Amino acid sequence: MLQIKNLHASIGGKEILKGVNLLINAGEIHAIMGPNGSGKSTLAAILTGKPGYEVTDGEVLFNGDDLLAMSPEERSHKGLFLSFQYPVEIPGVSNVNFMKAALNEHRKYKGLEPLSASEFLKLMREKMALVEIDSKLTSRSVNEGFSGGEKKRNEIFQMAMLEPKLSILDETDSGLDIDALRIVANGVNMLKRPDTSTIVITHYQRLLNYIVPDIIHVLYNGKIVKTAGKELALELEEKGYDWLKIDDSANMDAKE
Amino acid sequence: MTNNVDTAKLKYKNPVNAFINPYLLNMDLICANAGEAMNGARKKAIENFNINGIYNRENDKYKHFDIQNIFSYDYEKYFVPNAFQTDNDMFICDIYDLISYKIFLQNGFYTDKNEKLTVLDNGVIYGSLAEASVKYPEIFKKYYNQIADGKNEGLVAMNTAFAQDGVFVFLPQNAILDKPVQITNILLGESNSMVQYRNLFIVEPNAKANILICNNTFSDSKFLANCINETFVANNARLEVVRLQNEHNNSCHFSFTHVKQENGSVYTDNTITLNGGVVCNNMETTLAGEHCENHTFGLFLADRSQYVANYTAVNHASPHCTSNELFKGILDDMATGIFKGKIHVSPHADKTAAFQANNNILLSDASRMFTRPQLEIYADDVKCSHGVTVGRLDEEALFYMRSRGMEYRQAQLLQLFGFAYDIISKISAESLRDSIADMVEKRLKGELSQCIGCTYQCKK
Repeated sequence: MLQIKNLHASIGGKEILKGVNLLINAGEIHAIMGPNGSGKSTLAAILTGKPGYEVTDGEVLFNGDDLLAMSPEERSHKGLFLSFQYPVEIPGVSNVNFMKAALNEHRKYKGLEPLSASEFLKLMREKMALVEIDSKLTSRSVNEGFSGGEKKRNEIFQMAMLEPKLSILDETDSGLDIDALRIVANGVNMLKRPDTSTIVITHYQRLLNYIVPDIIHVLYNGKIVKTAGKELALELEEKGYDWLKIDDSANMDAKE
Repeated sequence: MTNNVDTAKLKYKNPVNAFINPYLLNMDLICANAGEAMNGARKKAIENFNINGIYNRENDKYKHFDIQNIFSYDYEKYFVPNAFQTDNDMFICDIYDLISYKIFLQNGFYTDKNEKLTVLDNGVIYGSLAEASVKYPEIFKKYYNQIADGKNEGLVAMNTAFAQDGVFVFLPQNAILDKPVQITNILLGESNSMVQYRNLFIVEPNAKANILICNNTFSDSKFLANCINETFVANNARLEVVRLQNEHNNSCHFSFTHVKQENGSVYTDNTITLNGGVVCNNMETTLAGEHCENHTFGLFLADRSQYVANYTAVNHASPHCTSNELFKGILDDMATGIFKGKIHVSPHADKTAAFQANNNILLSDASRMFTRPQLEIYADDVKCSHGVTVGRLDEEALFYMRSRGMEYRQAQLLQLFGFAYDIISKISAESLRDSIADMVEKRLKGELSQCIGCTYQCKK
């Protein structure tokens, strides 16, 4: 599904990723954990093509295609989805129009006719039920005045509509109360198919109780310093990240 | 018909004389069909125009463009209406399908396509201004030229001096207009033309009306329009006016809207400027009675070398009134936008609530926006606010939309449309709102550009 080879990237001349290697197969759920500033969000931004980041070395293959050569919309068409850590508010653009435009672009890419208004509304209602979104939110401007929980649920709703092959959940648990966390996690689990993969980026083990990963990676100072099974999350919760840093003192010097 | 010889001789030395002479020579034609109130106002107006000229130097409205240059061209002036073009293809536009009382003006004259005056069962009168001024002298004596002040504004004086026709709408007490009056102004002609027309809208106590004004050009000559809307909204009356400006980019349009509101009245003005070379909208409202509500909204989309200015003045002369102003602009290429909003609160106008906002998006480096709020508050117990923004599209939002599969251009359009819809959503009639939303979307996509008079000279 996704193959990251020796990825180096910088922003404003400052190197953030220093050689990331990652292989994700179809059907797998990977968690990427790590302390603040380790490069987790940068990795997500580069995978989705956010402007402002410079890839200095390495390559990323998404189902065999060169991901880094694609525009953000192309990546979306090919099945990549990012649930934003901070979903963007778009005043004046209603959720319905936003979603209709996005979905029809996807259909156009697949050579399908745009959905009729009634077909679209039916699909939308169905997917909204999945993440228990209030139907009032659909006519409101995208994310404008939404609570933290509503914004994150809206992200998962969009994911449900677009049915991506690879979803990246960037700190989807931040700002959520326990109930909202459960709703969001349930949504993600129900959308999971044997041929789709998920990357969960998080600080805490809590989310991983609900979305159970196959593999956990620890990203530290721009590199993956540890890869293990799901039991690693519990160990991290107990010990913190400090014990991993000792193994990596050379990198720490570089950072300072 | 016109006397261009004098104009040619004088045009660069003294545009005021150049303009005024052909009119003065045709005064008998100008006065021929108008009533006493219209003709009686002309003498004083000519004097005012002579004092002020086309613009008063103390008036800094026109400092961002060369207004003298606009007026120094040779324009043909019409003193009798030319034959009405019966070509119906002209009127196929998105707005034309609206269920409304339709009125057509050609080059400022009420055309013979319409009935001269229509009187509805509930006493509502609409029709030709000139005709009405002859037929209803008592109404004209009370209202005509009472609030359009030409003392400091040369163009208003010029219109008062020489305007021959326009539209008259009168709603007697308690009358409700069941559908909007739709005024379509058509500018048409082989040669460069100057037109002046004038509308008078009177809404008596408890009456309610919607008026739509569409300004269009149908030939590629240079046009200069100078028009006045005089509007009276009496006690507890409601009036909503939507103005849609879609003239080609080689035309200049000056409009002066003067409104007077009495106790408990509600007036809403919505000016949508889609096209036009130089568009200069002036809106002056006096809240004379208590508990009035005034809404003045505007949206302008300008590209190429378009120039769009909106000047507003809201005069809170009585206590307990609310005014709410919102103007939004999208500027591209080398376009220039201007907004100047004045709010004046008189000493005894306590409990005034006055709000003003102007938000603009610049899409190019060469586009410019000049904006200036001006609040003069002489009362103590008031709530007033103003705010201005000039910015670019939100890059974060663009990326967010692209990450969901939208192309850059589509993401941009959606964001711009969202920005503009804020104003469109204020239009109360759903069918009109939808068709204007449609036109704005087309304009943003570049499908509604006026090829006529475009300075780009691209092949159509």
